[in-house]
Amino acid sequence: MITKTGLSPSAGLGKATRIFIGIILVAAIVVPLLNITLPADNTFHIPDYLVALLGKFLCYAMLAVSLNLVWGYCGILSLGHGAFFALGGYAMGMYLMRQIGTRGVYGNPVLPDFMVFLNYKELPWFWYGFDQFWFMALMVILVPGILAFVFGWLAFRSRVSGVYLSIITQAMTYALLLAFFRNDMGFGGNNGLTDFKDILGFNIQTRETRATLFALSALFLALYLFVTAYMAASRFGKLLMATRDSEARTRFLGYRPEKVKLFVWTLSAIMGGIAGALYVPQVGIINPGEFAPANSIEIVIWTAVGGRGTIIGPVIGAFFVNGGKSLFTGWFPEFWLFVLGPLFVFTTLYLPKGIVGTTTEFWQKLRAKPAEILPEAPPQAAE
Amino acid sequence: MLRISKPLIILFAIVWSLAGSAFAQSADVRSIIAEFATTKSFKQVEAVVEKLGATSDPVAAPALRALSDGKLKYRKSDGSVFITVEGSAGLSLIDPVSGEKVDSSSAASSDFKKVKVKNSLRRKIAAVLSGMTLQSKSATRRLAGAKTIFETSDASALEALDAALTNEENAEVKEVFLDARASAILASDRTERAKLDAVDRLAARGDRAALSLLSKFSASTDGALKEKIDGAMTSVAAGQAVWANAQNIWYGVSLGSVLLLAAIGLAITFGVMGVINMAHGEMVMLGAYTTFVVQQFVAAFAPGLTTYALLFALPLAFLVSGAVGLVMERGLIRHLYGRPLETLLATWGVSLILQQTVRTIFGATNREVSNPSWMSGAFEVGQMSITWNRLWIVLFAMAVFATLYFIINRTSLGLDMRAVTQNRRMAGAMGIRTSWVDALTFGLGSGIAGIAGVALSQIGNVSPNLGQSYIIDSFLVVVFGGVGNLWGTLVGAMSLGILNKFMEPYAGAVLGKVIILVLIILFIQKRPRGLFALKGRAVET
Repeated sequence: MITKTGLSPSAGLGKATRIFIGIILVAAIVVPLLNITLPADNTFHIPDYLVALLGKFLCYAMLAVSLNLVWGYCGILSLGHGAFFALGGYAMGMYLMRQIGTRGVYGNPVLPDFMVFLNYKELPWFWYGFDQFWFMALMVILVPGILAFVFGWLAFRSRVSGVYLSIITQAMTYALLLAFFRNDMGFGGNNGLTDFKDILGFNIQTRETRATLFALSALFLALYLFVTAYMAASRFGKLLMATRDSEARTRFLGYRPEKVKLFVWTLSAIMGGIAGALYVPQVGIINPGEFAPANSIEIVIWTAVGGRGTIIGPVIGAFFVNGGKSLFTGWFPEFWLFVLGPLFVFTTLYLPKGIVGTTTEFWQKLRAKPAEILPEAPPQAAE
Repeated sequence: MLRISKPLIILFAIVWSLAGSAFAQSADVRSIIAEFATTKSFKQVEAVVEKLGATSDPVAAPALRALSDGKLKYRKSDGSVFITVEGSAGLSLIDPVSGEKVDSSSAASSDFKKVKVKNSLRRKIAAVLSGMTLQSKSATRRLAGAKTIFETSDASALEALDAALTNEENAEVKEVFLDARASAILASDRTERAKLDAVDRLAARGDRAALSLLSKFSASTDGALKEKIDGAMTSVAAGQAVWANAQNIWYGVSLGSVLLLAAIGLAITFGVMGVINMAHGEMVMLGAYTTFVVQQFVAAFAPGLTTYALLFALPLAFLVSGAVGLVMERGLIRHLYGRPLETLLATWGVSLILQQTVRTIFGATNREVSNPSWMSGAFEVGQMSITWNRLWIVLFAMAVFATLYFIINRTSLGLDMRAVTQNRRMAGAMGIRTSWVDALTFGLGSGIAGIAGVALSQIGNVSPNLGQSYIIDSFLVVVFGGVGNLWGTLVGAMSLGILNKFMEPYAGAVLGKVIILVLIILFIQKRPRGLFALKGRAVET
C-alpha cells in the first residue's frame, strides 16, 4: 500500500520518518521505565517533572501534527485548532470530574463542586453519560468531529478560503472562549475543571498512571505520524496537495475539492480532540483559556518552525518552541514574547519550509545532480 | 395627607435654612404669628394660617410646621408664641421666626397653651406650605416644589398650584407646574372633565414617571376615566418602547463608531494588499499610548493647554503609528508579497514584539488618560441620555470616514490605490508604482489606526492589551462588510454595533456577542466576500 511517490521527499514512510517513529516508540517505553524503576539518585533516572513536561509536549506535538494535516497538506490555515483541542480536553475533564464522586469539597455524589457552589439542583443534560469512560471516549471524537464537520461543510461548500477562512476559524474559537467563560454554561466558568482524583480507577497523581499516560501519548503521536505519512503517500494525499496548490485547477479536473477538504478537516479536528483528552489528565486542569485565539496561533508557529507539509516537522517544531519556552521563561520570564515574536517573523521570512523542510532540501541538493532538483513551487497559489 | 406632605415640609426646612437671615418681611410674619395667641376657634386659626400663606414668605414655614405637629404654643402670661420642644425638665422655647433658642432655660408646660389644630387644618397648612414654595423667588425651588407635587399627586396643593400658575412667567417652570397640576387633579375630587384633560396632559408627557403615575390611578378609578387612563398608558408605553429603541440605536451607533475606527485602517490595507495585518490592534494601542505621553508632556510643560492635549495627540499618533506601519511594510511585508497566510503570521509576530515593547517601557498596568472637560458629562434628548465623549467619538469616526472617503475618491493616491485594488498587474502596466502604493497605503492604514487609538483611549483602558481587545471585532467588521469598499466597512461596523446592543438586553453581553459571532460565521457562508464584495476579475485572484 505504501509507495514512494517521488512527489515530495518526505512523503511516504521514508527512512527518516521510520527512524523518527521508532525513536518515539522507544521513548514511549524507555522514559517511563527510567522514571519508575531507577532510584532518584541514579544518573539515568528521569525525574517526575520531566515526564510530565515531555508528556505535555507530546500532546502539543499531536496537535501540531493534526494542524499540519490541514495546513501543510491542504492549505487550510486554521487559527482555531486550539478549540478542538480544548473541546476534547473538556470532554475528558467532565469524565474526570464525575469520577471524583463524594470526595469533593461538598461531598455531593453526583454534582461536581462548582455546581454545588453555583446552586445547581441537578446535573445539566449534557453532563449525562460522562461517568462512563466509553461515553467520554466517544464524545472526545464526536464533539470536535461534529463541530468541524458542520463548520467545514458550511465553509468549504461556499468556497470560503484563504484569509477569510482563517479569520472565521479564529472567530469560532473566540466565540467558544467567551461561551465557556460564562458560569451559566455549566462548564465551570473561568475556573474550568480541576481537582481530578482518578481515571479508570487509577489515582491520577501516582507515578505509574502518569507514566502510562506518557506512553499512551507517545503511541498516539506515532500513530498520527503513521496516518500522516500513509495519507501523504496515497492517491488521496496527491489530491490533498493538488487542492492546496491549485484548488480551481483541481476542480476543473473533475475532483471535488470541498469534499477532500471536509474529510481532512474533520479528521484533523478529531485528532486535535484526542490530543486534548490526553493532555488534561497530565496537566490536571482544563479551563477556557485553552480556547484563546493566541493559543491557536501558537500551534501554527510550532508547525511552521518545524516545517509544514513535512511529516515529522510539526513534532520537531512543537518540541523546539515549547522546549525553548520552558527554558527561556525560567531565565527571563518577562521576555518570552521578545523571542516568540521574532520567531514568527524569522520563520516566515527565512525559513518558510521550516527546519525539516530546509534541511531536507539541503540534503537533496547535496546528493542530487542539479537537473534533478524539483522546481520550487509556491505552496499557496492565491495572490 | 400629612404623610404625603412630609417631603414638602422637609424640603421647606432646607429651603428655610438656606434662606438664612434674609428677613425682608420677618417683622410682618412675626406680628401675624403673634395673632395665634388670640385665636379662640379652629376657624380663627385657619384665618391666621391663610394670612401667613399670603405673605409667601418662607420664614413662616417652621412655625406652620410646628403648628401642624402641635408644637406651636403661646405663653398664657404675655401671649408670646414659641415653637416648643418637650424636654425632661420642661419645655425649651424656640423663637418661631429666627429659629433661635429663647434664653429662659426651661419653662413649665403648665404656663403654656397649645394652638389648636385638627386634621383638616393640617391639610390646609400643607397646602399653604407648598403654595409658598411654588411662589418662591428662586426658579429651582419652584421646580423642586412642583416636581414633588407631581410625584406625590398632592391634591391639597392644587389651589396653591393654580394660584402660582397665574403668576408664573418662566415657561419651563410653567410646564412643570401644569404637569404637577395634572397629577394633583387626578388625586383630587375635581370633575371627570378636568381629570380627562389631566390624563391627556400626562400622556403627552410620555415618560416613565408619567407611566407609573397613570398606572397608580388606573387601579383606583373606573368607567370612562379608567378607559381613558388605560388608553393613555398604552400609548405612553408604546412611546417608551420607541425611546428605548432609539437609545439602543444610539448605543449601537456609538459602539459601531468604535468598531469603525478600529477597523477602517484594516479595511484599507486588506482591500489593497489582501493582507490581514494582525498587528493592526497594536497600531491602535500605540496611538493610545501616544495620547498618554502627550498628556503627560503637556501637563508637565504647558499645564494651561491640558484641555487641548488631545488635539496635539491626533497628528502625533498618526505619525507614530504610520511610521511604524511604513517600517513594517518596507522591512517585512513586502518580502512576503503574494503569501497572505504567511504575512498574517509574521504580522502576528510583530504584534507580540510591539506589545512586549510597550509593556517593558510603560509597565503592564493600565495607564490613566484623562478626559478633557469638553468630553465629560452628558445631556438629554427627549428621553435619551447622551454622553459627550460618545457623541464626540461618533462625530470623530464620521470625520475620519469622510476624510478617507475623500482621499480614496478624490486624490491621486486614492486613484492609484483603487487601481491596485482592482487589478494589480494592470495597474502596474499602466505605470503605477504598486510597491509605493502598498507602502503608502499601509502607512495610511496604520496612521488611521493610531488616530483611532487617540479616540479609544477616551473610553477604555490604555494597556498593552488594548489592541487585542479590538482586533477580532475589527476583522469581523472587515470580513462582514467586504473589502475594497469603504461603505462596506461603515455598514458592517454600524450593523454589528447596533445588532450587538439589541442582543444585549435579551441574551446578556457575553452570550449576545457569541450569537453575533455565530451569525457572522453563518453569514460568511452566504456571502463569502462580505456585504459589499468587489465584482469582476479581482474576485478570483
